[in-house]
Amino acid sequence: MTILPKTPSRAAREAAAVVQRSSTSLTLRRLVRDPASLVSMLVIVLIFAFALAAPLIAELTGHGPTEQFRETGLSPAGIPVAPNSEFLLGTDQLGRDMLVRLAYGAQISLLVGVVASLFAAGIGITVGLTAGFFGGATDTVLSRVMDLVMSIPFLLCAIALVSVLGPSLTLSIAVIVFFSWTGLGRVIRGQVLALKHREFVEAARSLGASGFSIMYRDVLPNLIVPILIYTTLMIPSAIVFEATLSFLGLGIVPPTPSWGGMLADAANNSLYLVAWWMVIVPGTALLVTTLSFNLLGDGLRDALDPTSARGGK
Amino acid sequence: MLFRFLLPRIGFGLLVLFLLSIFVFVLFYVSPSDPARIIAGDKATEALMEQIRVKLGLDQPIYVQYLKFVGGLLQGDLGYSYRSNVPVADLIVARIPATLSLVFGGMVLWLAIGIPIGISSAKRPGSLRDRIGQSFAIIGISFPTFVLGMVALYTLYFLPTRFGVMLFPPSGYVPLTAGVGQWAWHLILPWTTLALVVAAVYARLTRGQMLEVLGQDYIRTARAKGLSERRVIYRHAFRSAMPPLVTQLGIDIGLLLGGVIVIEQVFGLLGLGSLAVTSVNNQDRPVVIAIVLLGGVFVVTVNIIIDTLYALMDSRVRTSGRA
Repeated sequence: MTILPKTPSRAAREAAAVVQRSSTSLTLRRLVRDPASLVSMLVIVLIFAFALAAPLIAELTGHGPTEQFRETGLSPAGIPVAPNSEFLLGTDQLGRDMLVRLAYGAQISLLVGVVASLFAAGIGITVGLTAGFFGGATDTVLSRVMDLVMSIPFLLCAIALVSVLGPSLTLSIAVIVFFSWTGLGRVIRGQVLALKHREFVEAARSLGASGFSIMYRDVLPNLIVPILIYTTLMIPSAIVFEATLSFLGLGIVPPTPSWGGMLADAANNSLYLVAWWMVIVPGTALLVTTLSFNLLGDGLRDALDPTSARGGK
Repeated sequence: MLFRFLLPRIGFGLLVLFLLSIFVFVLFYVSPSDPARIIAGDKATEALMEQIRVKLGLDQPIYVQYLKFVGGLLQGDLGYSYRSNVPVADLIVARIPATLSLVFGGMVLWLAIGIPIGISSAKRPGSLRDRIGQSFAIIGISFPTFVLGMVALYTLYFLPTRFGVMLFPPSGYVPLTAGVGQWAWHLILPWTTLALVVAAVYARLTRGQMLEVLGQDYIRTARAKGLSERRVIYRHAFRSAMPPLVTQLGIDIGLLLGGVIVIEQVFGLLGLGSLAVTSVNNQDRPVVIAIVLLGGVFVVTVNIIIDTLYALMDSRVRTSGRA
């Protein structure tokens, strides 16, 4: 290889060899380089696959999610059987297959976690954006409303509400949404307050853009980072909230499988003291799921906001 | 001065309680369950049930019922339980010691675990100790309380018992009058469970705050003056890192006093939270209303106390209205 003199054209070609990367690809590269984020993403994908495969698992094992195997799934004394070749993760107090129930329970957990977080994020963004952007009386009223919701003993109110209206999937989601939007709302409001006096907002205004246009076309896109992080971190809280409601018998109605409900079955009469898998199976599933989302949320924060202290607040 | 500062906060607190009371009242008003049926039992005649309704004032419009309820409340009368016919106030008072013991004992423990972890992490971010501390924090934050509680009961009570060793009692609350030792022994597992989960939040918060503070100029000055690292960390840095921790503490204490519902359920502690769950399942309206309102009172009171502490510590907050 001959050594070429450094001509202007070569310098230009070399400069071009420095790949121009978009912000998204830079973020993705940072995210992929963090082993914790990578593993947690992989685990989340696996959990989704597990949930989607629930009917398939039921088909393969030949066990329905609410089917009771009183002959093979219970000991002669009526005690659940430990994990074995027929019931890979053991059975519960009615001789139902834990593996199949776990997979169907994953559907509920993910559904509630994701749907509730998306709705809560939607409300939080709208309220925070409106309060921060319009300021004045609007801000005062909306901020007080957020203070108000945060001053409610939420679990007490949630169980009172559910006990009166009757437990259901929709009500669980509604309750979770109602009590989870304020955190994001406050963050967004704070960010908007900081953003609205920046030059690009001034510029948009001087170009004659309307308030709404500035709010949605100029301010909102700048809030993607906190929105993404907070929504991701809301998912595990929503999943635990749903599991707590189901654990207290106020969430998903049995016999529909849910992780919280499976744990409630285990706690009932302290059955788990003789059948440890009844706690370990759904408990591990719950822990692994929330842990993965929390790790991913942290990883996202580090990747999207390199200036923040690693694993910061 | 302080009065002018407190007044709007007390007003807001009363507004919260007012709305909360309206919420529970309307909730039960639209409820399909019939209190007369609950009180009289399944075989009661319609005439008897009508009699009960009149006696409880349930035949009257909702606002009359509400005003009567508030009137009674102002005289310290919370009504009677539908199930046991015991005054609601007595039921609640009997449950307060267990919840107070659990929350405040747990608090001591979670502060003792969380804050040192946070500080030692912040001293050397990225070090092995920091990474261990951070792993503890993220696992703690992700651990659902009831799962941790059941695992603790299984490993620390059931397994040792099976081998003939009674490390910890399975459940129940023993009042302080039975001796501090017994009281604490029965609470160790619930305390630890509560503390591990909550400590994780404090570890993260402390770390974040300390990292911010440690980067500031006056810390460099303090070090340059030749102060010991210990003094810099605890006297200079931690002090200014404290306010957000105090806020978080206020939120946690307020919410938990309303009922450490899940932990009380798992460990069979007869506190406010387990009373709430029982009453909700029994449709015992007066008890549920009282507990929800009491929970609100706890949150609101603790908020006012925290705000006042802030104001006393920092005159800027005092004069600028709401911070």
